[in-house]
Amino acid sequence: MYAFLEAFRAAMTSLMANRMRSFLTTLGILIGTGSVIAVVSLVQGFSESIKGQFADIGGSTMTLQAENNNENFRTGKLNNIHFADIDALRYRVPGIGVVAPIMQVQTAGASYKGRTASPQIIATTTEFQAVRARYPEFGRFIVESDDKGRRRVAVIGAQLRDDLKMTENPVGEFFRIGGEWFKVVGMMEKQGELLGFSQDNYAVIPFDVGRALMGNNNEPFISASFTVQKMEEAEQVRERVKRAIRQSRGLKPGQENDFKVEAADTFIKQFEEITATATAVLGGIVGISLLVGGIGIMNIMLVSVTERTREIGILKALGATRRDILIQFLLEAGLLALLGGIIGIILGYLVGMGIASMIPGFPPAQAPLWVVIAAAGFSALVGVIFGIMPASKAASLDPIEALRYE
Amino acid sequence: MISLTNIVKRYMMGEEEIMALAGVDLSIARNEYVALIGPSGSGKSTLMNLLGCLDTPSEGKYILNGRDTSTMNDNELAKVRNQEIGFIFQSFHLLPRMSVLQNVMQPLVYRGIPAAERATLAAQALNKVGLGDRMAHRPNQLSGGQRQRVAIARALVGNPSILLADEPTGNLDSKTSAEIMALFDELHQQGQTVIVVTHEPNIAAHCHRTLRVSDGKIVEDSVNKPRVVQ
Repeated sequence: MYAFLEAFRAAMTSLMANRMRSFLTTLGILIGTGSVIAVVSLVQGFSESIKGQFADIGGSTMTLQAENNNENFRTGKLNNIHFADIDALRYRVPGIGVVAPIMQVQTAGASYKGRTASPQIIATTTEFQAVRARYPEFGRFIVESDDKGRRRVAVIGAQLRDDLKMTENPVGEFFRIGGEWFKVVGMMEKQGELLGFSQDNYAVIPFDVGRALMGNNNEPFISASFTVQKMEEAEQVRERVKRAIRQSRGLKPGQENDFKVEAADTFIKQFEEITATATAVLGGIVGISLLVGGIGIMNIMLVSVTERTREIGILKALGATRRDILIQFLLEAGLLALLGGIIGIILGYLVGMGIASMIPGFPPAQAPLWVVIAAAGFSALVGVIFGIMPASKAASLDPIEALRYE
Repeated sequence: MISLTNIVKRYMMGEEEIMALAGVDLSIARNEYVALIGPSGSGKSTLMNLLGCLDTPSEGKYILNGRDTSTMNDNELAKVRNQEIGFIFQSFHLLPRMSVLQNVMQPLVYRGIPAAERATLAAQALNKVGLGDRMAHRPNQLSGGQRQRVAIARALVGNPSILLADEPTGNLDSKTSAEIMALFDELHQQGQTVIVVTHEPNIAAHCHRTLRVSDGKIVEDSVNKPRVVQ
């Protein structure tokens, strides 16, 4: 350890003596780590912002949906969630918090004072805001009595308000969905865009109103979102839900599920997989650029060993062993690469932040600690590996020859 | 202290084998003041390298302070050099990027002495050669004579058995040479064993014993009249 400290001091002295050369030598490493940090920080910032949009929903919310394969779509015999399934969910599964049935209502669009828009129409109950963690900005959400009294009321998203050019606070306005008049009782908080699609182009109406609107001819396309009372019981509850729904749908043992129960964070998990793959590919590219940087270091270290042949001879005459010389030169190469790596990380992060701020609407760049540590560690490792050859050359110099070297 | 028995050193120069030392027998006692003289190509440098444990003989035995160095490996030799030998070279061989004090401290680094203690020992050695006020200077800020004094301090700092000087005045003017030799005289008086390799008779005259090397052998081993130090 002690010898290591001394070698560290010697390596630092020699790097500082040739600042310009040290900098140029490590430029390859600097650019390599710099570019990876720039790209990774952009990808990470992007993925963090997407995760942030989903974080409100979280893992405690699950969705019950019908599952259809290609055959079903081809023949048009689509599986569907029935009202009985919703009741099974509500009354027969312990451990469930609240249940919000969600019906996608197919209509001819919305209109207001001669202007038209095509919002998504969601018919649901008051529990919706609890399971989705979305709350009104103006007015109120659907309440139980809206459902019971089949009131023609709607809560709209900000995008729909803008499309229909309603006033800033649209509460109290009347507009039409399909052929029916609805009164706006609330407007939801703005969600923003996700992958370029507005999350605010919708209108929420009471569930039974939606049922009435669909009539009896069409079977409505229903799903249900529900919360789990205890997060840690999520998996057990999911199994219970599956059993209860199989029963209510009359599935025989051995028959496959024609529905699925998914946690809301499934999408996040998929997204994380994509980011991980992208990061791995980037890692490979960076590996190559660091390799090139390492060769640069090896090259200059070899020159440096030749240049300092006499110095090495002197140190050996004074009693330096092969190991002393080897460690000093290895550390020199390692430190050189590490310094390049650190400067590269800082510059790369700054570049990432610069790019993120130049693209409108792009989330700010983020460099996670593990990426920073991995980049720094890997550059130091590259330096040490490519320092082995020059360092062993230095260590094996014959002291007599080295002292005589001009 | 030093005992060489039938030392032979051969080199391969291309196809040709060169016998640099052809059977040298020599013993040097503690606190001797020895001059090693001879023309170039005589094997004088080879002998010095062997004495300084920079090299091992092809044949024969070299006993230094009771230890046989002729069969040692690189690491053992490095340790012996560090502890037993103080080298002084013609062109000083100071480390240019280090201060005078750091130069003198360097041999102690390989002995594992802590930094604070190294600095104290190095300062003592520099005071001994009269450079106590130049510790923070770089070698290139010093005159030739001063540089050689730094080199002597560096050789002395580890308290070696032998001070081995290879043409120590070769790059110095006559006045400075005299000062450096006076320093060697003084060190010898304090009990240091000194071996000086030189080709200048007046330098050799400082020593008490002269070894003349020629064609790989010691052809003359004479005792000088003790010089009276004025």
